[in-house]
Amino acid sequence: MTGEVAVLGVGMHPWGKWGRNFVEYGVVAAEAALDDAGVGWRDIQYVAGADTIRNGYPGFIAGSTFAQALGWSGTRVGSCYAACASGAHAVNMARAQILAGFCDVALVVGADTTPKGFFAPVGGERRDDPDWLRFHLLGATNPTYFALYARRRMEVYGATPADFARVKVKNSRHGLANPNARYRKEVTVDEVLASPIVADPLHLLEICATSDGAAAMVLSSMEYARRHGPSQPVRVAAVSTVTPTFPNAVIEMPNFATDSGAVTAPAERTFRDSIAAAAYEEAGIGPEDLDVAEVYDLSTALELDWYENIGLCKEGEAERLLNDGDTTLGGRIPVNPSGGLACFGEAIPAQAIAQVCELTWQLRGEATGRQVDGAGVGLSINQGLFGHGSSVIVKR
Amino acid sequence: MAGWFTTGQPPALLGTRCASCGTYFFPREESLCRNPDCRGRQLDEVELSRRGRIWSYTDNRYQPPPPYVSADPFVPYGIAAVELADERMVVLGQLEPGVDAADVRVGQEVELVVAPLYEDDDHEYLVWKWKVLASAASRPSGEEREAQP
Repeated sequence: MTGEVAVLGVGMHPWGKWGRNFVEYGVVAAEAALDDAGVGWRDIQYVAGADTIRNGYPGFIAGSTFAQALGWSGTRVGSCYAACASGAHAVNMARAQILAGFCDVALVVGADTTPKGFFAPVGGERRDDPDWLRFHLLGATNPTYFALYARRRMEVYGATPADFARVKVKNSRHGLANPNARYRKEVTVDEVLASPIVADPLHLLEICATSDGAAAMVLSSMEYARRHGPSQPVRVAAVSTVTPTFPNAVIEMPNFATDSGAVTAPAERTFRDSIAAAAYEEAGIGPEDLDVAEVYDLSTALELDWYENIGLCKEGEAERLLNDGDTTLGGRIPVNPSGGLACFGEAIPAQAIAQVCELTWQLRGEATGRQVDGAGVGLSINQGLFGHGSSVIVKR
Repeated sequence: MAGWFTTGQPPALLGTRCASCGTYFFPREESLCRNPDCRGRQLDEVELSRRGRIWSYTDNRYQPPPPYVSADPFVPYGIAAVELADERMVVLGQLEPGVDAADVRVGQEVELVVAPLYEDDDHEYLVWKWKVLASAASRPSGEEREAQP
């Protein structure tokens, strides 16, 4: 298939709350990915940086920030911001450069240093910024949006707080052996439900933390991989970066309202459904072909929404899928074998790259202590503020 | 927040409506219709339906960061996503003070009110909030709706 690029190497800086400059983490991850690929820094022809918006000017120009930190080599650079989807969008930038023939081998890097507590809007008084306004006028933190979706699952599908808690229990077990995970401690349903409620019905242990961390990948053309890489590299078969279709009928962060459907009926697929659909179409596969998935569990309940969005089950059946053990390691289609955001917390520009790093290790059979047996096809999915979808499909 | 809502009796959210295709916008879209099949450039101010039904709800029990202006000590508040039938849109708002998430249900009817957001030495700042009407169970569906402006 002509549209594929090779994943030559992956690397991460462990997630945590290290309190150092994000550039340090990015360089550690980049060097790990280069070493994993067996490619020298001076051989990299393009650097795609995923931006962070809370770390000053260097964060807005991540591509050149990391290129400078690794040592100016004359390489070409690009930087992009797509909120939580920034990492996958950076993967897509590098992929496009390779597939267009502008370069043979590229480095993708995302890293972040995060403040303590809730994500807040960028400082200053900005009354034309919906992200600023939703905090000012509504006090609508990120967890309140997650909670609106969670309550909706309870009302429409009969989900229970214990169902949601079991997502956390599963992911906490998955992440136990992951050296890059920040939280490596098993938790029980009772512990989850005994933790304080942040936004009803979601408890503290059900909402992902904000973390420091970095992830990087070395991507190349299939031809370059044949000459320099392993004989059967993991391949990127699809990257979906679709936006919503008007009218977007689901309330989304950081908006005050949905689009109006008074004149135009909403599309059959919701935005989140369309993200995965575009990836499946590009890869020429369907959900039945997946062996493993990494989904963006900003909250426990949101992981269940993703099961349906990526077609693992019909609407309303995600709780059954979870409770039957299908999405647990050893089950039919393990979800978040890395431990997910439940064990990592979120390092925004690195997170979508980290999802693909995990899938790469899974497909190579190198995910020690959390390996999905015989994994050959994996999908990652996430959604960023302001209409940024992302989904990556990798194959072996 | 001038232009977001009226403070009369009764108050209403202010949106805009495209003069060409009729699509509603809230918060107000001033100059560009966002319907991909419409190039409308004239958007007229319109009062949105004052009543709607709860699509989902939650509360916030942890003090948010600025620019939210918290009372001291912090007081938790409810948040509702409310479906407006005629506009076919869902609009967020805080629940009126004293209403707990435990008191609310999906499908329940709510009405727009204007209530204090915060105050400083000089002013009391107002914002829209949703007031819960009688419980969903005790009200028949299809009851009288507010007339459209």
